[in-house]
Amino acid sequence: MNIRIVARRLLFFVLVVWAASTIVFFIPRLSPRNAIRERFGELARTGGFSPADVEKLIASMQQQFGLDKPLLEQYWQYLGNILRMDFGYSLSRYPMTVTDVIAQSLPWTIGLLLVTTVISFVLGTILGAVAAWPKAPGWLRSTATPFILLTGVPPVIMGILLLFFIGFRLKWLPLGGAYSVGIVPTWSWSFFIDLMEHQILPALSLILGSVGGWVLSMRGMGITIQGEDYVNFAEHKGLTGRRIFRDYYLRNALLPQVTGLALALGTVVTSAVVVEGLFGLPGIGTALNLAIRANDFPVIYGIVLFITIAIALLMTLLEFVYPLLDPRIRAN
Amino acid sequence: MVSLVMNSAASAKPAAMSASQPVLRVNNLEVTYYTDLGRAKALDSVSFSLKAGQKLGMVGESGSGKSTLALAMMRMIKPPGRIEGGEVIVGDTDLMSLNDEGMRAARLDKIAYIPQGAMNSLNPVMRIGAQMMDAVKSHVRGERGSAIEDRCTAALRSVDLDPGVFRMYAHELSGGMKQRVCIAIGILLRPSVIIADEPTSALDVVTQRQVMETINRVQAEINAAVILIGHDMGLMAQAVDQVAVMYAGRLVEMSSVREMFTDPKHPYSQALISSLPNLDTKGVFRGIPGLAPSLLRLPSGCAFHPRCPHGHEGLQRSVRPEPVTLPGGRMVACHLYNEDGHRHE
Repeated sequence: MNIRIVARRLLFFVLVVWAASTIVFFIPRLSPRNAIRERFGELARTGGFSPADVEKLIASMQQQFGLDKPLLEQYWQYLGNILRMDFGYSLSRYPMTVTDVIAQSLPWTIGLLLVTTVISFVLGTILGAVAAWPKAPGWLRSTATPFILLTGVPPVIMGILLLFFIGFRLKWLPLGGAYSVGIVPTWSWSFFIDLMEHQILPALSLILGSVGGWVLSMRGMGITIQGEDYVNFAEHKGLTGRRIFRDYYLRNALLPQVTGLALALGTVVTSAVVVEGLFGLPGIGTALNLAIRANDFPVIYGIVLFITIAIALLMTLLEFVYPLLDPRIRAN
Repeated sequence: MVSLVMNSAASAKPAAMSASQPVLRVNNLEVTYYTDLGRAKALDSVSFSLKAGQKLGMVGESGSGKSTLALAMMRMIKPPGRIEGGEVIVGDTDLMSLNDEGMRAARLDKIAYIPQGAMNSLNPVMRIGAQMMDAVKSHVRGERGSAIEDRCTAALRSVDLDPGVFRMYAHELSGGMKQRVCIAIGILLRPSVIIADEPTSALDVVTQRQVMETINRVQAEINAAVILIGHDMGLMAQAVDQVAVMYAGRLVEMSSVREMFTDPKHPYSQALISSLPNLDTKGVFRGIPGLAPSLLRLPSGCAFHPRCPHGHEGLQRSVRPEPVTLPGGRMVACHLYNEDGHRHE
């Protein structure tokens, strides 16, 4: 892989981030709603401020947030802030900054979503590969079947079912929250166990419905790869079954799966909002949910922009990984 | 020309086999495909033998069983096909009596296969070297990595490839180079039998010639018996010393290449030879009348009888002709010939 390709990919990444920031900047300004006015309007209704004072307050706020300046100047200022990862202050949780809000909720989301996505991918890919491999034992090949049956059940439905049966009826696992009420987070084993108990159901609701998709795509690819001449020739060469499976069959069938993983990462956030909401986990999804309810525009746009950048970054990384997996990409 | 390094595996083989002893004997090999439409007998008691250093050309129309024969000898017939009986004896081992692991070990080591579609026969995500090394490692234990690598680069040199190919990927090679790599892999363990299934089918004529020359040279080098499968009679005439003609899953004639081209015995061989274009007597292109029979509904008696120019006598229709050895050692399976080699009209 040469420098030019790397440079081109990085440039593309910067372009994506720029485009996303620009959209995030201009969209709310197309709306007739004014977050500050709405917020102080509420205060005025409940708190008995005089309308004139509220107007003054709004004007000073506008000035503080730089909203009185010309649009283009605001835009340049905004781009500069983005570069410094400064998304401004949260309106509903002032004086927390948007960056603080994201930093606080991010570990929860990464812990749950990244782990479950990787587990689904690895599990589904292995099961799919085995399911398509005629020399694998029958019981192993049929392990994939229950997952295929669950394919496409949305995480929210799965989550409700799991909560009802395992959490509510059987009382095996807690109904929600990140950890038990009253426990102070510490670096202790008992806290870790408690934490994990709260993560099992959300994780299962994300994993169960998505493994089947990986199984199906991998199995389809596996069947195609088995018909390839090089797999046949590998057997003619007298290679052991394990070697053929790993180096000739799996390596080649894996290539489209990795592309699929890149695409799946984009939809992960959608699941986050729903599942974190359902289980009351303090992740990015919940933060976004709360921000939407509180008209906390800086947080909404900050999170949307952050997610866009994160996904663009992951895609770019994957673009660099892909040539390592497929030498034909390296050539072009 | 750099010769292949002698290796422990090769020297352990019974190298000093007497020249007259055949290195390959195929006896009554039978393969049936169990399809939804019925049973198709793709190989019907095929028998022949080859001595070390001999080159046999296997010709016949599409569907005559040439490739099935190659796959059956490698024991690579996949369901719904099944090897129903017979022996494939390489040296003194009957491949059909080996267990799966034994057969795996025999592939490439005793009997090597050079594939038909060499264009796609190499793994696109592995370096050529890795694909050669793993072939050796699957058969030879306890050899140092550098020794195996030397062996692989020597094999590349002996097929006229630059040793640098070792570090390349398949997509960086031309069609002819890929075919050479497949040949190099085929000779890595100095097998006593090499089967090349239409090794030149996807190549242009210049490359075809080079590849054939390469096969000839490496074959002479390791003194293997070679079976060359193809339907290019012209190429066969130059490359082999024995020709076998297959028709509807049976071996109908086998003789030296000279005898086959000057005096073919079986009416089907005669038709094949006379359908070759001739530069001296330009004229209407002559094909073989009729179509190759479906293996699902073979004609009774001699499978060739509906297309045979020698009439449809009762004998042809009812009795399958058994192979007879004519004086001089050539074999033919046709009612026109009896054990004495006399032609009875």
